[in-house]
Amino acid sequence: MNNNSGENMKPVIFVENLTKVFGKFTAVNSISFEVNKGEIFGFLGANGAGKTTAMKMLCGLLKPTSGRGSVAGFDITREPERVKANIGYMSQRFSLYDDLRVWENFRLFGGIYGLKEREISQTTERMLHELGFTQERNTMVKSLPAGWKQKLAFSVAIIHNPGIVFLDEPTGGVDPKARRQFWELIYDAAERGITIFVTTHYMDEAEYCSRVSIMKDGAIDALDTPANLKLKYGAKSMDEVFYQLANSKR
Amino acid sequence: MRQFFIFVRKEFLHIFRDGRSVLILLLMPVVQIILFGFALTNEVKNVKVAIMDPSRDAATTMITERLTAGEYFRPYKMITTEQQADALLRGGEVSLILNYSERFREKLMHQGSARLGLTADGTDPNMASSIILYASSIIRSAELDIAGKNLHSGGVAIPNVRLLYNPQMKSSYNFVPGVMGLILMLICAMMTSISIVREKETGTMEVLLVSPVRPLFLILSKVVPYFVLSVVNLTTILLLSVFLLGVPVTGSLFWLVILSLVFIFVSLSMGLLISSIASTQVAAMLISGLVLMMPVMLLSGMIYPISNMPDILQVIAQFIPAKWYIEAVRKLMIQGLPLNSVVTELSVLVAMAAIYLTASLRSFRDRLQ
Repeated sequence: MNNNSGENMKPVIFVENLTKVFGKFTAVNSISFEVNKGEIFGFLGANGAGKTTAMKMLCGLLKPTSGRGSVAGFDITREPERVKANIGYMSQRFSLYDDLRVWENFRLFGGIYGLKEREISQTTERMLHELGFTQERNTMVKSLPAGWKQKLAFSVAIIHNPGIVFLDEPTGGVDPKARRQFWELIYDAAERGITIFVTTHYMDEAEYCSRVSIMKDGAIDALDTPANLKLKYGAKSMDEVFYQLANSKR
Repeated sequence: MRQFFIFVRKEFLHIFRDGRSVLILLLMPVVQIILFGFALTNEVKNVKVAIMDPSRDAATTMITERLTAGEYFRPYKMITTEQQADALLRGGEVSLILNYSERFREKLMHQGSARLGLTADGTDPNMASSIILYASSIIRSAELDIAGKNLHSGGVAIPNVRLLYNPQMKSSYNFVPGVMGLILMLICAMMTSISIVREKETGTMEVLLVSPVRPLFLILSKVVPYFVLSVVNLTTILLLSVFLLGVPVTGSLFWLVILSLVFIFVSLSMGLLISSIASTQVAAMLISGLVLMMPVMLLSGMIYPISNMPDILQVIAQFIPAKWYIEAVRKLMIQGLPLNSVVTELSVLVAMAAIYLTASLRSFRDRLQ
């Protein structure tokens, strides 16, 4: 993966009229958007707005009913396996193995993404060093505090240096200090050219994003930078923007 | 392929990190064999007998001696009244009362028959009937020796009973195949389903599904460790039953192993199927318990013979893999019959393996859509 910033022409995520219908229920209703390289893209919406379904389609887990999209340069309908190999994913619930040691988790996920043993151990050492967790190399994950686990899970999710990483409510159940530290990690990754696609319920986190989209009833109601959104809705914070949108009738 | 080995290694780590479950997995067969073999036995051995003998003649003495000579019965007390007998039986001090009539020898020699009562403790009917059966056959043969031709048999032919394949009526001959069926089913199906459902519950499955791992590898890697453990358990059970319980492998060991491997496959695929239905570990355990354990214990012929069941239960029993397995193990291992006698059982098991495996792989794939 080279960090050629002149290559910003082609979006990392490109979605056009993406729709998913379950029986009679339209979970995602013809959404279109683009995410550029190195962006931190906030994907907001109330529970049941269709966020998870949209994200599953982007990750190659669900086939769209209609519309098209590409992630990291691969078509989500025709090449879901290639998509999977080129993205990172971290879920809202903690997603490392509790009964494995820290380095064993790195080894496992490195192996899943086809990294060589040597690459894995080098990357592991570098990441642990950056996190200041070198001493926890042999610790069982279950005995680490939640905030640490979250950071480790994020590192594991980008162990194969993907072009984009999907974070599904990554900071649920973590204290504010740990959340802040976690966002520093996200910024570091974005600076290294990894695109971040993040869902969250914390509106202060939405302020950290380069751009945010707000979903309601399966459609994207708003998409812009936090500053522009606040201007447009005459709101002081993203919190207010979110409430105004959530209460508006369409 | 490397991915596959990475996953198998991970599964083994999960199992061995959980020391308690390793202990349970490896000790369960040992405990079960020992329990069934020594505690839960129907064998007649050292049964305490109280004897009420008002005659005290040569015949009664000889019969009593004959009865208590072997390892089956032990004289506990000589008694004189019915009340005493009643008290002993009620108190559980003895399991059998032998009650001679008066002037026993005289009646036996001259009238060709003499009255003799056997009273057993019927709270455990199976045990009681075995005791009565043993005691009467010993007494009968003693009477024959005493009275010889004088004996008036009342025109009834005395059956000469012989138990083939298990002449000593050892209950271990019956339960070793049962325990094999039970343990293999339990480990394969229950443990596999729990280990898959655990990943669903903790959210790690989600991460794996988003990764480029092939779902087939994911599933197979779950199955491999439990397959290995099952083979270890199979070996333990066979070694214990041969060397500790003295149950011989009369038939072909090779085909016994093949048969068991097929059964292990059936159980593993049932576990996969359960894991696709259940979404929590508790549910997986309950389903395994209700759908697998109870039928295996009750309807497989492990404890109760299927031929004695109501028709509807007999029909249901046909759908239980363990029933076919246990039947085939009895034939191969205990009776020493050749392979062609278990062709039906083997083909049914192979068919079941194919059906369950297809169903579980399909349901797994459907869930991904």
